[in-house]
Amino acid sequence: MRQALVLLSAVLIVGCGAPEVDRAPGPSDDGSAVLASFPSNAPDHFGFGSDASAARVAMWDIDVKPDGEGLPPGSGTVAQGQRVFLTHCVACHGATGTEGPNDRLVGTAAWEQWPNGQTVGNYWPYATTLYDYIRRAMPQLTPGILTSNETYAVVGYILNMNGLVPADAVMDAATLPAVEMPARDRFVLDDREGGPEVR
Amino acid sequence: MSSKGGSPISRRAWLGATTGAVAAGLIKTQADAFKLDAQEVQVAADPTKVPGRLVSELGQRAPREQPRRLARRPGLSSSSGTPLQDLCGTITPSDLHFERHHAGIPTIDSDEHELLVHGMVDRPTVFRMADLKRYPEASRIHFVECSGNGGGAYNPERMRTEMSPQSLDGLLSNSEWTGVMLSTILQEVGVQPGASWVLAEGRDAAMLSRSIPLAKAMDDAMLAYGQNGEAIRPEQGYPLRLALPGWEGNAQVKWLRRLEVSDRPTMTREETSKYTDPLEGGTARQFSFVMDAKSIITFPSYPYVLPEQGWWEIKGLAWTGRGKITSVEVSTDGGRNWTEAELQPPILSKATVRFRHLWNWDGNETIILSRAIDETGYVQPTVQQLWEARGQRTRYHMNNQRAWKIAADGSVTFGLGELI
Repeated sequence: MRQALVLLSAVLIVGCGAPEVDRAPGPSDDGSAVLASFPSNAPDHFGFGSDASAARVAMWDIDVKPDGEGLPPGSGTVAQGQRVFLTHCVACHGATGTEGPNDRLVGTAAWEQWPNGQTVGNYWPYATTLYDYIRRAMPQLTPGILTSNETYAVVGYILNMNGLVPADAVMDAATLPAVEMPARDRFVLDDREGGPEVR
Repeated sequence: MSSKGGSPISRRAWLGATTGAVAAGLIKTQADAFKLDAQEVQVAADPTKVPGRLVSELGQRAPREQPRRLARRPGLSSSSGTPLQDLCGTITPSDLHFERHHAGIPTIDSDEHELLVHGMVDRPTVFRMADLKRYPEASRIHFVECSGNGGGAYNPERMRTEMSPQSLDGLLSNSEWTGVMLSTILQEVGVQPGASWVLAEGRDAAMLSRSIPLAKAMDDAMLAYGQNGEAIRPEQGYPLRLALPGWEGNAQVKWLRRLEVSDRPTMTREETSKYTDPLEGGTARQFSFVMDAKSIITFPSYPYVLPEQGWWEIKGLAWTGRGKITSVEVSTDGGRNWTEAELQPPILSKATVRFRHLWNWDGNETIILSRAIDETGYVQPTVQQLWEARGQRTRYHMNNQRAWKIAADGSVTFGLGELI
């Protein structure tokens, strides 16, 4: 997949010269009828805006990538995660992560067995996405309320309910990216490209 | 054209009035009163004999013209659809642009809003809105469509006959967007060799985030602050949104506050567990950004009623994320024969185009439908073609043909089920 993603980017880059951008902002699709050309007298750099210090970037740089980049210090256990879940998550996801009313989190049967649908266990390709998403958006009514330790813990509990980590697992910046997700290799890049073939 | 939620009764009355059949009955008394949200508007019996209203700071729609968005479900993560059947032309009035929010609409003061651009760049920079507005500006017209739009025409368990264009496909709108090209800003901060993706992140309570290929960012992506001649509406991302012409709405991150240039995607929740397409055979399509060609007839459609046979103009919208629509074909006999519709210029890339086809209805029951063709040669497929290619589990990119059944009494219902 990694190689394919590089390829996707390379394919898309053909024709626009990125990252050494042609300053003419006109899109390649003949939208010029509604898009003015870039001013020919523009300087190489305008210098508007202010420099972002490393500390300033760190304040907002919260995303977590599949290799674990972005994961903070700290750790949490499955048992601790159960307490977090029953406090903050149960109202929307149910006592076992299957009852709703919001997204079903737990389920290992294949997603093809509709209407079981897509769960963390059968569909999410990366365990790191759980940390990234919970940190930015959960709990829905009080996003950001969980500490790093609590977030690691509840991620561990959700993974444990899906049978993906043992009950004594400790989640941290090293163990979380190492969790093997069952759907990891089931994702394929978009192969639609226009033309007469329906995909 | 005034009914909230598309009530068939008022629609019937309006249609009758415009065709002259019951025009005398529309305004019944000398001072007929429209009651609108507790505001009562008096209609003069003869406007030529009394002075009119004075000028005002803010205009209002005519009392009888009160189109409304239609909310899909309660809750923070929700959507509301544009009343496609009530509109003409191609530009969506900004207050009727569809909504899709994952954690509500944030209230943001543009004076203190900042955009952080960092990662694989030479000069990590914080831009305030005043900074962004000093750069060379651009405007372009393009559609935004939620890739989850139109499931009622694809997933059998969601298909109903009482669906209007709004309730079926209302998560489509078309606006003139104004802002600074993203390529201008990326040039300013200096993208480093090896970079290939840009993570875009919003300032809402979901901090919604999507990874965007750098090639798109350098091509026609825009940091938009204007919509149809004024500041972007709060529902559309005020004060700043990412505009990605032709791509699914979810990737056009609203309330934009951070762009991180990287050499790989982040694999956010929205690009893994959501907005991916499970296919037959156990695989799932990922990073399916582009919206393929699609069209829908907006008149006649549910809940309109044709009061009589004779000449009617079939009207609708067509669009494609792959460039320009080259033609739209209309069938008035359930798909056996097709005729090329008239396209209203200008035909813009990655924007909706209005199509029309004059039709002499003989009063017999029939099914009408449309199919769009784009400049790549792609023909809007039948639902059977899409099912064959993908199976029935995908919940996004459901761009198959739409059909309307005209009954002998003139009533119109969603008619795709009759063709399956």
